[in-house]
Amino acid sequence: MSVWRHKDLVSIQHLDADEIREVHAAARTFKDVIRREIKKVPALRGKTVVNLFVEPSTRTRISFELAAKRMSADVVAVHSETSSFRKGETLKDTVRNLEALKADFVVLRHKAAGAAQFIAERLGCSVVNAGDGAHEHPTQALLDTFTILEKRGRIEGLRVLIAGDILFSRVARSDIWALTKLGAKVVLCGPTTLLPDVFRDLGVEVSHDFDRELPRADVIYLLRVQHERQQHMMFPSIGEFVSLFGLTPERMERCKPDALIMHPGPINRGVEITSELADGPNSVILEQVTNGLAVRMAVLYLLNGGQAPETVAEGIA
Amino acid sequence: MSGPKHAQGVLRVRGGLVIDPANGAEEVRDVVAIGGRIVDGAGVAMAATDEVIDARGLVVAPGLIDVHVHLREPGRPDKEDIASGTRAAARGGFTSVVAMPNTTPPADSASAIAWMRQRAEERAAVNVFFTGCISQGQKGELMAPLASLKRAGVVAVSDDGQCVQNAELMRRAFEYAGMIGLPILDHCQDFNLSAGGAMNEGYWSTLLGLPGWPAIAEEMIISRDALLAEFTSHHVHCQHVTTAGGVRIIREAKQRGVRISGEATPHHLTLTDAAVQDFDTNFKMNPPLRTARDIEALVEGLEDGTIEILATDHAPHCSYEKEVEFEAAPFGIVGLETALGVLFQALHHHHKLPLAKILRKLTINPAKLLGLADKGHLGPGADADITLIDPGMEWVVDRSTFASKSHNTPWHGAHLKGRAVKTIVGGRVVWDLARDG
Repeated sequence: MSVWRHKDLVSIQHLDADEIREVHAAARTFKDVIRREIKKVPALRGKTVVNLFVEPSTRTRISFELAAKRMSADVVAVHSETSSFRKGETLKDTVRNLEALKADFVVLRHKAAGAAQFIAERLGCSVVNAGDGAHEHPTQALLDTFTILEKRGRIEGLRVLIAGDILFSRVARSDIWALTKLGAKVVLCGPTTLLPDVFRDLGVEVSHDFDRELPRADVIYLLRVQHERQQHMMFPSIGEFVSLFGLTPERMERCKPDALIMHPGPINRGVEITSELADGPNSVILEQVTNGLAVRMAVLYLLNGGQAPETVAEGIA
Repeated sequence: MSGPKHAQGVLRVRGGLVIDPANGAEEVRDVVAIGGRIVDGAGVAMAATDEVIDARGLVVAPGLIDVHVHLREPGRPDKEDIASGTRAAARGGFTSVVAMPNTTPPADSASAIAWMRQRAEERAAVNVFFTGCISQGQKGELMAPLASLKRAGVVAVSDDGQCVQNAELMRRAFEYAGMIGLPILDHCQDFNLSAGGAMNEGYWSTLLGLPGWPAIAEEMIISRDALLAEFTSHHVHCQHVTTAGGVRIIREAKQRGVRISGEATPHHLTLTDAAVQDFDTNFKMNPPLRTARDIEALVEGLEDGTIEILATDHAPHCSYEKEVEFEAAPFGIVGLETALGVLFQALHHHHKLPLAKILRKLTINPAKLLGLADKGHLGPGADADITLIDPGMEWVVDRSTFASKSHNTPWHGAHLKGRAVKTIVGGRVVWDLARDG
């Protein structure tokens, strides 16, 4: 029996552990599907998914698009470059138009925190947050925890180090919620300017000493340094950032041999992580991408009211 | 001052509990006015009265003065204008409002002020006092013609919303305004420290991923202004103080004898940044809602006199402007029609502040700040601006009943206790709850 009760997926903050586990369980089924020769199930046949990406994104957009297609939905993509946002249409008007077009799902990527909730409150159809400003990126956290679970068999009790630009990261926020709800010990690490102490109030540890934290970490989660968002006041230079918080082979030698290296992408090779480590044996970065597809299929499936995904998966050959 | 003409004849407000903080009075008696001015009632025979208002069971206060409103005229009549804004004031029990100069175009010239005063003479439901800009066009670069503005009738200057960042310009404005006796009101905000900020920087901004507008950005400018006030010996009034640190800085400066005063708003005294958690833009204002600790400090500041004035920062915006992504929404809420209920409920019924203490900050203190000798009290010779209040009346806010053109309130549906029931300006009833609703 499904525990999923939400019309939308706007945040991890408002999910409980059982709901997260249900997404994981469904994602396991869909991961089997996407490994087959015919990677498609009819679960969303006749449904329309609108991918509304008001902020540039490649991988998340493609991942959602592919997930919807694997579920047999019709997919419409709206990008900021081509949409009427450029002509000054408000988000509310865009939403009303989508409503009028009878979309079943809207997947929204937007630069403003709260944008997904804004449209979810105003739309009858299901809204999936594909990243809203620095607020949340729930499917990323679901695929991250799915990946850790797959690789390590458990999440509870693991020490997960999230490092880099925490302040501007929606990934960090969603991962903090997901990991702590599932019982992991979360340690944040970054410069004081990008990691204010107030993060402790979210139930995590805050550290500014990368070298001290690395050897104890079961998972090393590196965040992209968001060049475009730094206003040249948060740290003096990329070089100095790398010297303090970049994952290098020398640092990796002092880590647990089985420590997982994760990254939400896109990677700045040579900044938060060296190129060889990103491609090395501890890295599960590409696995995250594959799992992202399965998790997004699971999310669309559950939002559609789907139950017992294994029956859907078996029903097609 | 611009507004309705004084009434003719004799008005008697009968049998109410008169609270006149300026004169230390709190007693049941009649208030009598002749030709729109308060007189000593003892010498006026009952038979000679033209109009009697029964105030038994009500508080009779000097007409409330709101030193911080945005009437949006000229420039944005879709949000508010002098007529609608002053009707909202009357409905909230305010007999005088002080209009901020950030109109479109900004009120930085004598001709702009003359035009506005003319409009208010024709259309205002209550008295309107105008302010001028500190800097030309509120650009923070060149000093506005302060003496011309004063001659045109402004009661103070402010670059509200566009705090002057250049300390040299502010120093010169203090010196020059001091020479001509023109009060300076400052919206205290360091724009570098608050750049991009949409809400208070703290737990909730961190959780929501919204850019923070930190307390230090306000306190930095309050500190600067305190130092400039000390240096130039001129008075500065800090508008909408919201942080514990801001209260402390003002308190300490006052103890040193610096001429500084502070103002607090109903929303900063009652709501915290936790209210932003659903991204409701009716909780977005500038400065932003702070924390429970800040509210505690503001209430202490009210109690010990550090914060001398209560004002609304009535900031009307159209619903289509507010119904957007949180970061994109304009700052501000309307406040005139809810202020009294919010303040009485929070400060009197909850924090147990005496009514006289609250009313002082809405009447005589604002009048003194702006040098309005005939306002803010009920002594003989004062203008017959009187607000009748039922401090125990329980009511529910319904924004569809607002006289304001804008409905951007965080209190829609709120249960409040305390309400103005009659508003009298110059001896004339301009609003009556029973009559006008």
